[in-house]
Order: sequence, then C-alpha cells, then structure tokens
Amino acid sequence: MTEYKGHAQKVIVFQIQDEEYTLPVQTVGSIERMVPITRVPGARSFVKGVINLRGVVTPVIDLRERFGFEPAPETEQTRIITVTIEDMNVGLIVDAANDVLDLQDDLVEPPPEVVGTVEAAYIHGVAKMEDRLFILLNLEKVLDKEDVLELEKMYG
Amino acid sequence: MEMNQYLEVFIDESKEHLQAINDHLLILEKNPLDTAIVHEIFRSAHTLKGMAATMGYQDLSDLTHNMENVLDAVRNEQLQVNEGVLDIVFDAVDDLEAMVMDIADGGTGERNVDNVVRRLEAVEKGGEQLLISQNPLDGTQETELQIDAFTKNVIHMAEESGNKALVIHTRLRDDCLLKAARVYMVFEVLEQAGEVVAASPSVEKLENEEFENSFTVLLISEGSEDDIQAKIEKVSEVEHVSVELYKEEETQSMEQTPVQPQPETNNRAGKETSKPSSSGRTIRVNIDRLDALMNLFEELVIDRGRLEQISADLAHQELQETVEHMTRISSDLQSIILNMRMVPVDQVFNRFPRMIRQLSKDLHKRLELTITGADTELDRTVIDEIGDPLVHLIRNAVDHGIESPDEREAKGKPAAGKIELKAYHSGNHVFIEIKDDGAGINRTKVVEKAVKNQVVTKEQAEAMSDSQVFDLIMESGFSTADQISDISGRGVGLDVVRNTIESLGGAITIESEFGEGSRFSIQLPLTLSIISVMLVEVQKEKYAIPLSSIIETAIVKKKDLLHAHNKRVMDFRGRVIPLVYLTELLQVPVEREEDDDYSVVIVRKGDKMAALVVHSFIGQQEVVLKSLGDYLSGAFAISGATILGDGQVALILDSNALIK
Repeated sequence: MTEYKGHAQKVIVFQIQDEEYTLPVQTVGSIERMVPITRVPGARSFVKGVINLRGVVTPVIDLRERFGFEPAPETEQTRIITVTIEDMNVGLIVDAANDVLDLQDDLVEPPPEVVGTVEAAYIHGVAKMEDRLFILLNLEKVLDKEDVLELEKMYG
Repeated sequence: MEMNQYLEVFIDESKEHLQAINDHLLILEKNPLDTAIVHEIFRSAHTLKGMAATMGYQDLSDLTHNMENVLDAVRNEQLQVNEGVLDIVFDAVDDLEAMVMDIADGGTGERNVDNVVRRLEAVEKGGEQLLISQNPLDGTQETELQIDAFTKNVIHMAEESGNKALVIHTRLRDDCLLKAARVYMVFEVLEQAGEVVAASPSVEKLENEEFENSFTVLLISEGSEDDIQAKIEKVSEVEHVSVELYKEEETQSMEQTPVQPQPETNNRAGKETSKPSSSGRTIRVNIDRLDALMNLFEELVIDRGRLEQISADLAHQELQETVEHMTRISSDLQSIILNMRMVPVDQVFNRFPRMIRQLSKDLHKRLELTITGADTELDRTVIDEIGDPLVHLIRNAVDHGIESPDEREAKGKPAAGKIELKAYHSGNHVFIEIKDDGAGINRTKVVEKAVKNQVVTKEQAEAMSDSQVFDLIMESGFSTADQISDISGRGVGLDVVRNTIESLGGAITIESEFGEGSRFSIQLPLTLSIISVMLVEVQKEKYAIPLSSIIETAIVKKKDLLHAHNKRVMDFRGRVIPLVYLTELLQVPVEREEDDDYSVVIVRKGDKMAALVVHSFIGQQEVVLKSLGDYLSGAFAISGATILGDGQVALILDSNALIK
C-alpha cells in the first residue's frame, strides 16, 4: 500500500453527511473552528454570511446546503475550511475535518453517474483507498459565482 | 513655484529613465539585432521627453527628441546599430544626465547641445556622414581652450606677479586667403604684448592652416584688454576680436570634460543665484509600502475599537485614560498616514489642456478650458481611478455640450465654448465639477430616447423631476447623440462613469439648463479605507451607515406617521420623506417586538431623502472599510464590511441604493 506508483497528491479530508471529501492541500488556507457569522442580506441560503478571519472579511458557505443536504445543527466537530481559488477567499462549513493524506493519482476514477446525492458536477472524481471512498471536490464548480446573489438584479 | 513639488519626482524619475536607457543601451550593444530592447529604450526616452517638456526643460526635451528619432530609425530598421551609433547615443545620454544633474542642483537644465544634436541628426540621415560628424572641424569645438594643470600654475604665478590672463578670441574673415599669415601677424602682436601660454587650436595647427576661421589664445600680459584688442584689430582681414579676463570657473568645467569641452560655461554663470538644491528633503516610497502601512494601521484601528469597548465595559479609570490618549494619538497617526497617500488632482488634470486642444481640432469647435483647484489632494487610489471617468465627461461635454462656433454665435454666445474644470474640498469630500456653457440637456429628447430604449415608461417619465430625467442619461444603453461619434463613445459611457464613481464611494449629479449649459458634479471620498459611520441595530443585527450620507437621527412616534400612496412617510421639517423598513428590506429575522416609537436615520442622496427605520443607535465610530470579497461582490445595498471592536463583522449600508 505504501508503495507509490505514479504521482500522489496531499489532500485534506473532511466529512459531510458521513461521506468523505477531499481538497488538494494547496487550495486550503486553514481549518477554523466555528466563529460568529454575519448574515449578508440578499445572498442565497447556502451563503451563511461573512466572518472575520484574522482581519480579513471572508464569505462562508455551508457545503451541506450547497449540495442540497438537510441543514445539520452545529457541533463541536463543525469546521470552517478556508480555501482560495483565483484570488477568491471563501470559507466552507463542513461537519468535520481531521485528516491529511497522500492520494495516489492512479487511484482516482472519473465520477460515477451518481455518488451519494451530490450533483456529479461538483465532483472531479472518486478514489478508493483500502475500504474508504473519497470524493474529490471540484472547487471551481462549488464556488461558481452564478446565482450567489438572488437580490442582485431585483434592484440593480 | 507650483512646479516645485513635482521637481523631485521629475528628477528621480528622470534619473531612473536615464539609468534604464543606459542599461538597455549596454544590452543592445551586445545584441544589436534585438529590437525589443530598442523599444524599451524608446519608451524610456519618450517618457523622459514628455516629462521634460511638461516641466518646461526645453533643451532636455529637444535632445531627447533627437535621440528618439535615431532610436525610431533603428526600430524601423532604417538604421543599423553599430558602435558609432551607440557612441553618439551614449554621448547624448551623458548630456542628458548632465542636464538632469544641473536641474537637481538647482540649475536651469540648459546646456548647449548643438554638437550632439548635429551628430544625432547626421546619424539619423544615414551612416555616411558619421565619420565627418564624429570629428567636427567646426568653430565651436576647436576654439575652446584646453588648459592643463601646468598652464594653470603659470596663470596663477602670473596673476600673483600682477599680470593679467586674457582670453582672446579672434575670428578671421571668411574670404581670408592667407590664414596662416594672418595668424602669424596676430601672434606677433600678442608676443609683443605678453606671453601666449595656450592656444586652441594648437599653435602648430594654426601655422598649418588647420582651422576654420577663428581661434582662441590665452595671453599673459601687463597691458590692458582694450589696448590689445585695438592692436589685433589693426591686422587686416580680422573680422572680430574679443578680449576677456580669464575666469577660473572655466578651467574647472574644462577639466571635468577635457576631451570634449562644451561651450556650456556661459550657461553656468547664473547658477550661483539659482535656488538651493531640492533633493534630499523627500524620499520616494513605493506605494506598496504605504499600502502595507495602511493595512497595519487598519488593524490598529480595529484593535483600538476593541480596546475602547473593553475599557468602557471595565470602567477602570486609568485604563480609560490610557485608551483615550491612545485614540487621540492614533487619529493623529491616521491623518498623517492618509496625508502621505494624498496626491494633487493635477496629476489627472494636467493631461486635459492637451486633450482639449486636440478635441478642438478634431471637432472644429473653439474651446476654452479653465482649471481651478488643481492642487486639491485626493487619495492615490482615487486618483488612479478617476482619470478615465473625467476624460469621458470632458469629451462628452465637448461633443454633446458645446455647439459649433456658428451655432453659438447665432445664439448670441461667444464663439469659443467654455469648459470649466474645478476641484475643491468640502468636509470629508472632494468635489470635481465639469461645467460647460453649451447647449445643455434637452429634457424632451432625453425622455423620448429613454422611453424608446425602454429605460422608463412614458408615464414614469412625466412624473420625473428634471434631475431625475438627467440621471437617465447615465443609465446603461443610453446615448443622446443622434450620431455616434468617436469622441464620446457609443452610449456605453456614462453608466460606466457612474459605476466607477460609485465604486469609489462617490456620487455624480447632473445639473443642466437647456440652452445654457450643464454641470456634472462628482463627489468623492477623501480616502477609501477609513470612514466614519453610525452603528445601528436592526433587530439583533448590526449595520454601519456612513456618516457622510446621514442628515440626522430621530425618534418618531408611530402615530405621527403619514400614509401616502400606500406608503408610509414622515414629515421631516416640512418635507415628506419615505420610510424604509430595514428589517423587511434586508430580510432580517424578526426577534424584537415592535415599539411604539421608531428610531430613524435620515439619509440623503443628492436632494432626495429617506428615513431608515432601525431599532437602536449604537453610536458613531471610525471604521476600516473592507471589501466583502470577490465572492459576494455586488451584494444589494451593501458597500462593504467592517470589523467591530468585538471581532464581529458588521456590514456597511450603501444608502445610495436605498433611496429611490
């Protein structure tokens, strides 16, 4: 198992609804405990608002709601993973985040038609390691700015 | 005087550009075929030329221009780079450096560069003349005296023994046939009067007729200048003689440039009286560093807010005093930091005279531009953004506003249209006004167009005030010009102008009288990063409202509210203004019971007002304006966010968006 063939990438593993998702470690800025969130009017419900991330105002979205799962109450395990793509900083609320591992490229398969209940568009692929199944998140798609602001056009 | 503040910048930047030219020339020497490098040099030279011309250093600008021509020829492959060409360009750069240094030392930057210019021109015309021009046998070059240390010593000794050192410049007539003979005669006269210690060209050359028409000698003599002059003038075929006392200063300048003595000495005479050196009193700081300083200070402001809150909670007197003191110091610090970032708006305005001149030619209109308040200062970031909108507005005024000279005269106006550009301070804002005395805005035409383009309905338009109608021209997809012109674009313009200004936290208003002219007035914040706000609570959420848009706060009884058009309104000093329920508008979760009294914040946008209904006033505070981030950019009625003393984020309301 430790015998690597091909390339491996370091990923952060986090849980939503008992499923394990991964994000490349380069895209992740930090993992934070829950902090008070300021609601932003006019944003979609999965946009929880903004937080003060060490002096930087950072929007946070609830991945559960983004994927269309039932909202779950906040627990001790709830984390905010801050990610950066294309100079955009966003925090992702996840059920738990507790693992970093090396994911071998040759284990990654294209997304099957249906993975759990998450839309396949949000997924890069899946990887099976031992008896765990990891879902590789397509961050660009998750953070697609389209329909983030519902009210934007109402008054604009 | 007013150029003074730019002088340091000019000197610094000129030095940088010269340095860049030098560096690139050196690279070019190694890769003579690389035109990309020539481009680089050309660009630096071009900038330098522009700056020099703006600052009024004509010689500097002219020489750069000549150099540019050569570079242009190289760029267009009309001229091959070789050592000779580079030598001349390097010489030109040396001269440029000397001029810049002179300016830095408080001089005028004037310098006789005829020789270099001639050589540059020769190169530009073709390589053939190169050899000749590199060894000019002309008057200006050869008649300069070269005085070495030994000669100087002789002069000193002569002066000590009561003799005079005289510089004698003699010019023979052009049609003189026996030049050597005349020289001989002149020298005979000189040798009677004293001792010739130096000559230019050398005595040997003079005897061999290797000179044009004139020569200079240095004579040590007891006799008077006039006497010697008269004696030489008696020699036939001498056209002109001048005899002057030898000056020490000349020697020095010649020693510095012994190979190519320049006839620059005369220009240096005025140097002693010129103003003292201006370098050394300023340093140039990269804007990034100022930004970093500003960011750090913003953090400090946030912590200051937090400390204020903690000390208020603890009610500890000494702590409170210390925090108060710190607050005062940090506000001083704040104004200093903000001031450092301020630059005069002239940096934007200075390009307009030129633009107006061009526009006047292009459009065959006669224009007069007056600029006032160019020294008004604005934050650097605002300055960087405001250029394009202003260009647009001015073009717009010229194109749509000012009529053709014939039309104007027919209307009884002076043929030349007036454009006024004015900047001034008022409170925490800077106003920039663009006023023209042109045709003004035709309300009927605007309405027609707006209805046609479905910006508004006919009924809506009829109910609108003039200023509301004028605002329509800044809606997207609107253009009042019947013909699309190159000058003011294709109707995509004014809404972009408005967006840019609003994104800077500013506002634009239009006043116009049909037939008399229009005025576009831009209100801009002094700074973009720290603003004064009123913190309010809406239900349990905290929002910040910029003080700049608040008229006052009030508490009104529910029973005093009025109804109009199914809307709730209130009476504010005789004016009926609409109530805006922030709870509803911002969809704030209702957690409080309705009170009998409403706390309202009365805000304005131009001459329109609205009363924002909130639940409580927390107080006034200086906050750091932060962006919501790219992900949420464009959120409705929110212009940004700030971090409060308790570490939480509060949103800043954009009251402009709340007033309709």
